[in-house]
Formats: sequence, C-alpha cells, structure tokens
Amino acid sequence: MNAELLRSLTPSVIGVLVRRGADFAAAEDAVQDALVEAVRPGAGEPRDPKGWLVTVAWRKFLDAARADTARRRREDLADREPPPGPAATSDDTLRLYFLCAHPSLTPSSAVALTLRAVGGLTTRQIAGAYLVPEATMAQRISRAKRTVSGVRFDQPGDVATVLRVLYLVFNEGYSGDVDLAAEAIRLTRQLVTVIDHPEVAGLLALMLLHHARRASRTGPDGSLIPLAEQDRSRWDTSLIAEGIAILQAALARDRLGEFQAQAAIAALHADAQTAAETDWVQILEWYDELVRLTGSPVVRLNRAVALGEADGPHAGLAALAALDESLPRHTAVAAYLHERAGDLDTAARLYAEAARKATNAPERDHLTRQAARLNSR
Amino acid sequence: MEHIMAKYLLLKHYRGAPAPVNDVPMDKWTPEEVTAHIQYMNDFAARLEETGEYVDGQALAPEGTWVSYDGPGRPPATDGPFAETKDLIAGWMIIDVDSYERAVELAGELSAAPGAGGKPIHEWLELRPFLHAAPTITE
Repeated sequence: MNAELLRSLTPSVIGVLVRRGADFAAAEDAVQDALVEAVRPGAGEPRDPKGWLVTVAWRKFLDAARADTARRRREDLADREPPPGPAATSDDTLRLYFLCAHPSLTPSSAVALTLRAVGGLTTRQIAGAYLVPEATMAQRISRAKRTVSGVRFDQPGDVATVLRVLYLVFNEGYSGDVDLAAEAIRLTRQLVTVIDHPEVAGLLALMLLHHARRASRTGPDGSLIPLAEQDRSRWDTSLIAEGIAILQAALARDRLGEFQAQAAIAALHADAQTAAETDWVQILEWYDELVRLTGSPVVRLNRAVALGEADGPHAGLAALAALDESLPRHTAVAAYLHERAGDLDTAARLYAEAARKATNAPERDHLTRQAARLNSR
Repeated sequence: MEHIMAKYLLLKHYRGAPAPVNDVPMDKWTPEEVTAHIQYMNDFAARLEETGEYVDGQALAPEGTWVSYDGPGRPPATDGPFAETKDLIAGWMIIDVDSYERAVELAGELSAAPGAGGKPIHEWLELRPFLHAAPTITE
C-alpha cells in the first residue's frame, strides 16, 4: 500500500479508535502496528485504505487489550462490538496535532510524538533523524504519551504551540532516511486543510520559500553557501510561486503574525533576481514588524544585518553595538559588517573568533574560510 | 533560530582534571566500594535510557599510542605510551538533552558516584557540546 497515503491517514485513524473508547497511547500503538502490516509485501491495495486501516488497527487494539489481562477496563471494552460511530472528521486530525504539541511536553517530546502519531513515522525513523538510539527514542515517545495521558482528547488547543513544533521539525537540519523538512511541509499542508488560520498559512509559506532554495544552499562538498552567493537559477520557482500566493492570501486577512512576517522576508529574497537587487529597505520594514511582534534578540540581530544592507555597514554596526554580545552569531555579524566597512583586519580577527563560537560545523567551516580569505590577502 | 535537543559529551579523565574532593585512587578502595561505584555508573546510564536522554557510553583503556603519517611509502610513525601527556581520557557518555542546564544537572549527578568510604568522589567531569547540523532558516 502507498506508504505516504497511509501515513496521512494516521491521525484520523487514531481519532476513530479514541472515539471508540481506546486510550490515546494504546490507539497510537495499534495504528503503528497496522501501518507495519499495511506495508508488508502482499498486503494488497484495498479499495478503501482508511477503512482497512481502521479495521486492522481496531483488531490490533483488541488483541493488545486481550493480552493485557491486568487491565480489566480495556478487557471489558474489548468484549464489546465497536459502536458504529460517526466517520472520522478533520477535527480528529486537528485534535491530534494539539495533543502532540501539548504545553506539558518538552519541545523534544512534542516533536517526537508529533512525528509518530501525526506523521505516522516509525520510532526507528525518528531516532535515525535525530541521531539517537532507537531505544532512547522509544522511551522518549512513551514518556510523552504518559505525560499527555490525562489530557482530554476533545480539549481545544493553542495553534501557536503546534506551529512551534512544526517549525522545529523543519528547521532541524539532521537527516536520516527521513527528509524532516519535507515531512514538516507535509504536516503543515495537512494542518492547513483542517484549520483556517493565517499564521498556519504563514508558516507553510515560510517553509516553501526556504525549501525552494535548498539545492543552492550547500555546495557538492556539503559546504554552506550564503544567500548572496547562491546560484539563483537553482531556486525552485514553482515552490516560490506557491509560497508567495499562500502568503499574499494570508496577509490580505490583516492578522499579521511572526510566521507571516518571516515569510514576507523570505519572499523578498526570493523575488530578487540577483543579490544586488534585494529590496533591503522593505526587508528592514518587515524586521521592524518582527521586532514589534516578538521582541526577540535574535530578530534584532538579523535586523542589524538588514540595516547594514539598507543604510550601510556603519548603521548596521551601530545597531549591533546595542545588542548583547553573547547572542549566537553576534560575532559573525560583526565580522561581516566590519568587512563591508573596509576594516579587514578587524573582520579577519572576528571571523576567526566567530568560527570558534559557531554551534554547527558547516557554519564554523564557512567562517574559518572567511578568516582565511582575509588573512591570505 | 533555535535547536530543540543538544548532544553533550561527558568526559571522564584518568588525569588532567582538577583534583576531586575524595581523591583516593581506585585501587586503594575496598572491592565493595569498586562494585558500588560501577553499579552507580550502570544505574545512571539505565536511568538516562528511561528518560530518553542516553546516546552512548564507552570506557577507554589507559594505555595508548601516538600515531602519525610518516611520508609516502612508509608505515605510520608510532610513539607511546603517552606517559608525559597531561590529559588522559578514561571514557565518555553522550547525552541528548533539552537544555544546557539539564546537561549540567546530569553531569553533577554522575560526578556524585561513590568512591572511597562510600562517599561521593566529586570527580570533575568535562562537559562539551557537540556541533549540530546547520539550521534551515538563518536570516
């Protein structure tokens, strides 16, 4: 059976089982077992994959409940025929997103649970994506399930927590055999179909606009290529067009939020045929909006870069001077602005210092090359 | 803009770390104290598996060799054992945690492993963050 289709059915099938009386943790396990059976060779192609999945998952749930003689309550349930019940609705899918992003979960638990219960990924795939042993990820997921076991399934949630989780999945650059960025986009597309919210659309637009540049972001050797030096002919124009259309529809609703503002910045970069044509004045205005919306120091740092482009490096350096030097990438930004201002000795020294402070290897290597370039003048 | 989990290396040193409070070499402990120490380490690792924070742990033999390229067509040059080095790694544990604060908390717990007299060693452990993958969104 088509694995993609099956995975997209995961949250609504869990919803059906929960409404039939299964608890979330057991329902989730049963659906995972059913997914494994569905992709086995010879499983065939049922005409109604969702109906098939519900039937098999319910049987798995009953088997597990029967085997678990210590739990009388589930045993009793198992002896009953399932009530016909209404067909699963899109509400079930939405509730699953809320439950898996519940504020009582740590970000890492929420991410793991979302990828499994909403994304339908296996524990092994999630463990591979985050470079931890499968046993560790299994424990993290089962603890997360225990944490939310007391949360009522029909309790409304806060969409902002869900967006946070999806953003984290997208932005985490790890890779196993699962493309986390593509998975985050799939889950956000699915969320758009079950909730009407301009920030959900804003996040989807943001992801599409960044995904469009993916091929140009790294060299063949895995080295980082900064935006200004990317080969723009390799940007995916159809993803850009889709991202911009989604963003424009969201902005027209006049309920601005941080993801729409971030997407607007990404759209302005995507619009520029060359780096020199970038509309930094408009980008700066969006950073002002973002500062107003979030107050985040990281946003202020990025705003200093935009200001440096719009009003010149000295303006950028002046803005930078007002910010805490311990901010991640503060030194890298200072190095770049000093180079633009013509102070190459200071820039070289700061690039080397920034490389020592980098928290990821591609950025460290990029900054080391910048220092080496200036030092070998 | 941010990462959710961070991996840290907890490094245990044979030498090179500042002297611990309970500074008695392991071969001067009683056998029961050695057993209790090892049990503590195993229990600690098992507890981290339970919490979904354990990645790996290994111990290293104290004896090692320096190896270096010695030119084309020649076997690598070797030297050692490295008696004169100040720093000697005894082993490591890799953890995957939600915050730096959590990493410090766990390192503190590991450092409380019992030594001579059944009292905590207060061993100094070196806590080192891993470099992670580059984030997708940076501007």
